[in-house]
Amino acid sequence: MSGNEGGRVPSDPPVAEATDITKRFGSTVALDGARIRVLPGQTHALVGRNGAGKSTLVSILTGLQAPDTGRVLFAGAAAPRLSDRDAWRRHVACVYQKSTIIPQLTVVENLLLNRYDRGRLGLISWRSLRQRARDLLAVWSVDVDVEAKAKDLSVEQRQFVEIARALSFGARFIILDEPTAQLDAGAIARLFGHIRDLQAQGVTFLYISHHLQEIYEICDVVTVFRDAHHILTAPVADLPRGELVAAMTGEATTLDAPRSRVAPAGDPDVVLDVAGLRFDGVFEDISFQVRAGEIIGLAGAGGSGKTEVAETVVGLRTPHAGAITVDGHTPRPGHVAAALAAGVGFVPQDRHHQGLIAGMSIADNTTMTIPERLGAAGFLSTRRRDAVANTLIDALAIKTPGPDLPVSGLSGGNQQKVVMARALASDPKVLVLITPTAGVDVRSKEFLLDKVDRVASAGTAVIVASDELDDLRICDRVLVIFQGRIVADMPSGWHDHDLVAAMEGLTVDA
Amino acid sequence: MPETLSVVTDGSTAVAEASPRRSTGKLVIARLRDLALVPAIALIAVIGQIVNPVFLQPDNLINIAQTMSEVALLVLAQTIVLVAGKMDLSLESTFGLAPGVAAWMTVAVGAGHGTGLLSGAWSIPITLLVGALIGIANAALIVRFGLHGFIVTLGMLIVLRGLLTGISGGQTFFNLPESMMYLGTAIWLGVPASIWVCVALFAAGIVLLGYTGFGRSLYAIGGNVDAAKAAGIRTDRVLWAALIGASVLAALGGLLLSGRLASVAASQGNGAIFTVFAAAVIGGVSLNGGKGTMFGAFTGILLLFMIQNVLTLAGVPAQWIGALNGAIILIALVVSRITGGKAQE
Repeated sequence: MSGNEGGRVPSDPPVAEATDITKRFGSTVALDGARIRVLPGQTHALVGRNGAGKSTLVSILTGLQAPDTGRVLFAGAAAPRLSDRDAWRRHVACVYQKSTIIPQLTVVENLLLNRYDRGRLGLISWRSLRQRARDLLAVWSVDVDVEAKAKDLSVEQRQFVEIARALSFGARFIILDEPTAQLDAGAIARLFGHIRDLQAQGVTFLYISHHLQEIYEICDVVTVFRDAHHILTAPVADLPRGELVAAMTGEATTLDAPRSRVAPAGDPDVVLDVAGLRFDGVFEDISFQVRAGEIIGLAGAGGSGKTEVAETVVGLRTPHAGAITVDGHTPRPGHVAAALAAGVGFVPQDRHHQGLIAGMSIADNTTMTIPERLGAAGFLSTRRRDAVANTLIDALAIKTPGPDLPVSGLSGGNQQKVVMARALASDPKVLVLITPTAGVDVRSKEFLLDKVDRVASAGTAVIVASDELDDLRICDRVLVIFQGRIVADMPSGWHDHDLVAAMEGLTVDA
Repeated sequence: MPETLSVVTDGSTAVAEASPRRSTGKLVIARLRDLALVPAIALIAVIGQIVNPVFLQPDNLINIAQTMSEVALLVLAQTIVLVAGKMDLSLESTFGLAPGVAAWMTVAVGAGHGTGLLSGAWSIPITLLVGALIGIANAALIVRFGLHGFIVTLGMLIVLRGLLTGISGGQTFFNLPESMMYLGTAIWLGVPASIWVCVALFAAGIVLLGYTGFGRSLYAIGGNVDAAKAAGIRTDRVLWAALIGASVLAALGGLLLSGRLASVAASQGNGAIFTVFAAAVIGGVSLNGGKGTMFGAFTGILLLFMIQNVLTLAGVPAQWIGALNGAIILIALVVSRITGGKAQE
């Protein structure tokens, strides 16, 4: 797309090349024989769904981690040792999604951190530092006041400063990790303008993004990773969108038992009514209804706002506008206990962060939502607690010698079942699940999804917020959220490609 | 499907269906960990008896129990706060200021700095009220304004100590009213009342932490506050209650000591917080929250006071007790680290 093909000599060695990279974390394979080859002057896109291995590749390419097997070459020469940070910085720089600028320091200091000019007496000479910083920014035509505090810069200015800093180490190969995630349309356009300028000056980019639209706009070549494997590398111009999405999603892998959701008979009552929900800067105008026995999917990429919508429904966030009605009652917004009392059960996004108290027993964790059922006047009977826990352990087939085991001793799948048990303990009328099968093995996943199906069949209204197609496949309909708005409402039976495309913010037919 | 990395984990461990043999094993170990200091306490008792046959005499044992009862209430209070993942350094100043204010207001003019504003009957309510107010101040700063508990209560420790020095003019209140003396001097069934109070409150503490929804919420908040919130626990409310309750307990402890000594010194409780933390940690309470039991904390403070008593009986010069005390705390930490098997946080 971009017109800087000129000047690229085919015989040049690739700026960066990784071959046959394998990397394991414990029993998890993050990269399996993966490879990438970035030619000089190229803007190379790297795409793949969550967990495809992109971030692991970036950390290997930037020397933060060593691959278990495989080689990394820069301009044909072997990569430096991991401990030689300076050498790595001369080859490659990465602008992470999360800023590495120190907000309290000025632009000068951020640019030249730990590379100070010394005057006599060995003290820092601010005057010459300022001059150096100005020169540096001028070379790469970044228009920022060097004496401003970094925290006062806009997101895009901060990114420019990071890019200039990366270039100042001598690197001419820059990895941009989802640079547009926090930018609005105007800033994205300016960022792209800047990238094109740098492309013209011979800088090579590896561009990682969830927004496929941007890939077509700015990149020459695209590499797709899926499930730790390299799937394809092709010029962007030769790859229709449909094929790109197909490469990302792979064959439609269905679970063993095809799910046959029986639509709730007759016209059951609306149990959950969400109307005009807005949270400034995250989502707006979110309205939907869930009937008893219905499963609704909230689909969207990372940062789309789907998680936040779900968290608002359970009272973890207080919306700026809108109403949530649960079975005719309106629980006090922003209060989990109120939502719980109104009949909302909740499986949070990250079980380690919000789902479990690792040092406490399965019995304590599963009954945490229902202390009032375990005894009178605030006291709790351990016998009753263990009885409830045992029932839940049986219902969810949690593999444990007993309810007294701390949950830290359980496998990931069983831990997730404990979180599910905690949500189900209160016999909820509305069950809100956020990525309910993240990081669990296939069998537990199947079990958990089947459980959700049964809970719904028993008359519970269910919301599944996820970007995993398997999670969404059990839904009666899927609402797709993109940039904080519902952009599509897909009844069961959707095509994988259509859903993924909608989540990524493009239409395949376009 | 795609999404998660190729996970080879859990599922494979799902070998033979674990026969549903519930309970036992782990539970027994958990209980045993509670008793970790019991052998050490028994050992000190034997050593004490060898050093001086007076040690196991009832009079001496009651003496140990009575001198530790007041500080033990601070340990009780601190354990509640620590389990919830916070800490309260100001307890030692509350221990002095709460009875100090009561004495200031009830002791007749002329005797020291007393003002004689209220009759002696008000002394106990005032003590507890001052404790509650301090707890409210701490909770407001820590929970409401989100300041760090360590630094808030450190500041509070200094302020409260200064207040006590201010109202007392740096001197000691004497001629306390009858009601302030009662709990520290009364004998119930041949045993000092303060021991009964202490034991009863620890028993209540064991029930509170282990068998009430409030107690389990404390563990949940100390273990993972986000998970506790997501489970619908009103974390702020629980923390308020914990901090206020702890301050009231500290005030009560101060009342017991004032009663026993028939006075309130300007330095009452000064430096006690270090012993309190040491006892809690030796007793298995984690400084990071979420771990430890009331019984363990009790054995911790009991062990420290027994060792002190043995040293005194062995005729160790008073000037050296301080250094030995510190050394013993360090040794006790090392020993409990070895027996506990896990790093103390």
